[in-house]
Amino acid sequence: MATPKPRVKVPKKASKGEVITIKTLISHPMESGQRKDKKSGELIPRQIINKFTCEFNGQMVFSCDMDPAVSANPYMEFNAKVTESGTFKFTWVDDDGSVYETENKIAVE
Amino acid sequence: MIITRRQMFGLTAGAAAVLAFNPQLSFAAPDETEAAIKAFTGGATPTEGTVSLDTPEIAENGNTVPVGVSVDSPMTADNFVESVLILADGNPNPAVATFHFTAMSGAADAKTRIRLAKTQNVIAVAKMNDGSTFIDRKEVKVTIGGCGG
Repeated sequence: MATPKPRVKVPKKASKGEVITIKTLISHPMESGQRKDKKSGELIPRQIINKFTCEFNGQMVFSCDMDPAVSANPYMEFNAKVTESGTFKFTWVDDDGSVYETENKIAVE
Repeated sequence: MIITRRQMFGLTAGAAAVLAFNPQLSFAAPDETEAAIKAFTGGATPTEGTVSLDTPEIAENGNTVPVGVSVDSPMTADNFVESVLILADGNPNPAVATFHFTAMSGAADAKTRIRLAKTQNVIAVAKMNDGSTFIDRKEVKVTIGGCGG
């Protein structure tokens, strides 16, 4: 499996107190554990991203626990209220324990 | 062997009957969904309203069904939505995702894409910080299921 590549869309600028929309996507097959290998007929073991979190300047903004029913390349769209400039930190946790991270800065005027 | 038109009708009807009477053991029973709701609300029966689900009426591909949920809440430090549970009652496992919001979320809105195995109800249960719970259900018709392989 290729290393999952996170992609995040955060506005570069916002006014104080504005509620912004954040869109995130990460490339990941989200193997549900229900599918069978077409050749051997054996179940393909589950491997999904089970947790996603978004922090702003170290404070939790939004998080999500995912089950196998979330589609491949999980997409998340949510909101955040910004009162100061800072950094959004996005974290995805895989079933195998790997953690994928990315950061985005926002300037508040 | 040549199948006549008459035989074809018989075969199709037979196949349909087998499908109809074959219990789909691998799919979640409604009880399991109810149990998941109870576990989330702590035994309380959630009230209708406040939370609203945004789903397509017909999903052509069950592998990626866009689902949005929004909760009517001021989202201030003392009155906000804690979490929203998304369930699909016809999937092998009803749990889909749980969103956790904070007062910093600004608005209790979230969108994602989910897998649906067949035509079924999608359920959203919202829990407020004061412990009250709300529910919304929407039926989604699925043309091609998203759990095969």
